[in-house]
Amino acid sequence: MTYIPHSPQERDAMLNTIGVERLDELFEAVPAAHRFPKLNLPPALTEMEALAELSEIAGSNENVRGDLISFLGAGMYHHYIPSVVDHMIRRGEFYTSYTPYQPEISQGTLQAIFEYQSLIAALTGMEVSNASHYDGATATAEAVNLAHAQFRGGRKRVVLSPAIHPHYREVVRTYTQGMDLETVGDDAPDPKSAPETPLDLVDETTMLLIVQYPDFFGRIYDYTKVIEAAHARGALVGVVANPTALALFKTPGEMGADIVVGDGQPLGIPMWYGGPSLGFFATKKSYVHKMAGRLVGETVDSRGQRAYVLTLTAREQHIKRERATSNICTNQGLLALASAVYMSALGKNGMKQVAELCYHKAHYASDQLNKVKGYQAASREPFFHEFVLTCPDPASQVNAHLLEHGILGGYDLGQDYPVLKNQLLVAVTEMNSKAEIDALVEVLSEVKHG
Amino acid sequence: MNTPANLKYAKSDEWFDPATGAVGITDYAQSQLSDIVFVEVLVQEGDSITAGKPIASVESVKASAEIYAPAGGKVAAVNKALIEKPETINTDPYAGAWMIKIEGASAGDLMDAAAYEKHCANRTH
Repeated sequence: MTYIPHSPQERDAMLNTIGVERLDELFEAVPAAHRFPKLNLPPALTEMEALAELSEIAGSNENVRGDLISFLGAGMYHHYIPSVVDHMIRRGEFYTSYTPYQPEISQGTLQAIFEYQSLIAALTGMEVSNASHYDGATATAEAVNLAHAQFRGGRKRVVLSPAIHPHYREVVRTYTQGMDLETVGDDAPDPKSAPETPLDLVDETTMLLIVQYPDFFGRIYDYTKVIEAAHARGALVGVVANPTALALFKTPGEMGADIVVGDGQPLGIPMWYGGPSLGFFATKKSYVHKMAGRLVGETVDSRGQRAYVLTLTAREQHIKRERATSNICTNQGLLALASAVYMSALGKNGMKQVAELCYHKAHYASDQLNKVKGYQAASREPFFHEFVLTCPDPASQVNAHLLEHGILGGYDLGQDYPVLKNQLLVAVTEMNSKAEIDALVEVLSEVKHG
Repeated sequence: MNTPANLKYAKSDEWFDPATGAVGITDYAQSQLSDIVFVEVLVQEGDSITAGKPIASVESVKASAEIYAPAGGKVAAVNKALIEKPETINTDPYAGAWMIKIEGASAGDLMDAAAYEKHCANRTH
């Protein structure tokens, strides 16, 4: 076969068929001056010159591997990634493999996804997990799709806690526009109100209540009673969860959640420039037919040997068309593999140890920051590895000052919650040494205000 | 192909039992769908339905199909046992695999067994 798509003869035949003499005639709608504009490109560089120039440009990036100390989280966290993760995902068999529709030639990929699903199900305390979504935000929106399909339009209200990641809430709104449902709850005047507050809005028309655990402000709650109360009104409950925290605390499954979603970035995926990541999605068996995305199952082949296949595919959009729950029927294969390798490499105890380190270091940081004049760390309520720091100056000003000292400060909450101006969301992980935390405290102590 | 003579048939492959009001899908339909793994009944007892409205959704290992009411009336019963064992549609499409029972329905212009068999024979798949 030839790799040149069209020979001159083929082109002539096509032009002839549509009654056009020259190819240029097809582009006559584009003004001649814009057809081949002068781009004013600099002279071509040699490979050596190009490499030098690109290296110089790349050198102006500042990263968390040496350039900056980071206390920035808000959904994406700086965790240690064992080198085995990269070695595994770069194996050609995984790195270049395409979608696992043919089990005869895709056993490795299918088994990796099956392992990923099993690990996510165990971590969330749920019965079934799909093969992953794009990120935590889209996984959250797919929870709404599930509930919408479950009630077949009979219930139209979605209640969102204001303490769900602001970006996730925006994505839910974008995803569900035109679906004839109402999204309420996240414009509550006090975004940090008690966890049961959104329950006031859960009524007999509510399909789904979504809460976050730990919530966007880092707070840990046991949602068991909230979930019971929502169930009593016939609504489903979705929990957006941080997977690192789940290694240490009671799982949403144990609390009775119907759907557990979240971002898998903390599980062995770098922060990159904000993505790509993966979204995990777990639910109860009884909702599996309404779940979006791919699902791998274990079975036996014609010789009775253990084998893996995509299963329950008829619920997906490529077969069920417009009656399917979602138009997503792909997954984040390589990054799901990365997170499966991460979880396997750390094991149950390793993951718990990471979570404990995050917990204790964050509490140390919060205690120390509380001692700085003018600053107040919210530490009265249980929190995991992130907490709100009330500053004497606008948060953006505090962050700018910290950056001068090589410190990436927290997330400026005033961006999303006007009532929370002067408040920083500070994240501490196992990557932050005591010296780093002390440096943060010291820089803030030295600032003269107003 | 099994096509009991006491039943009436819709072009979209549902059967209707005028004696009991029961509705299901035909032997021909189940053989086209192959192994059925999921059935969801979309109506509840007491619902009023009109002919041609979706009453159930069926998923097999390879396909998904919507099942339509062959006749209008009131839903008198839903076969909950079928939801637990959807494969009954493959093994026993007529007796065990009824989906709903419709009260006050008339067979109207549904086909008899001979006409339905002819209808199936005329289709190419």
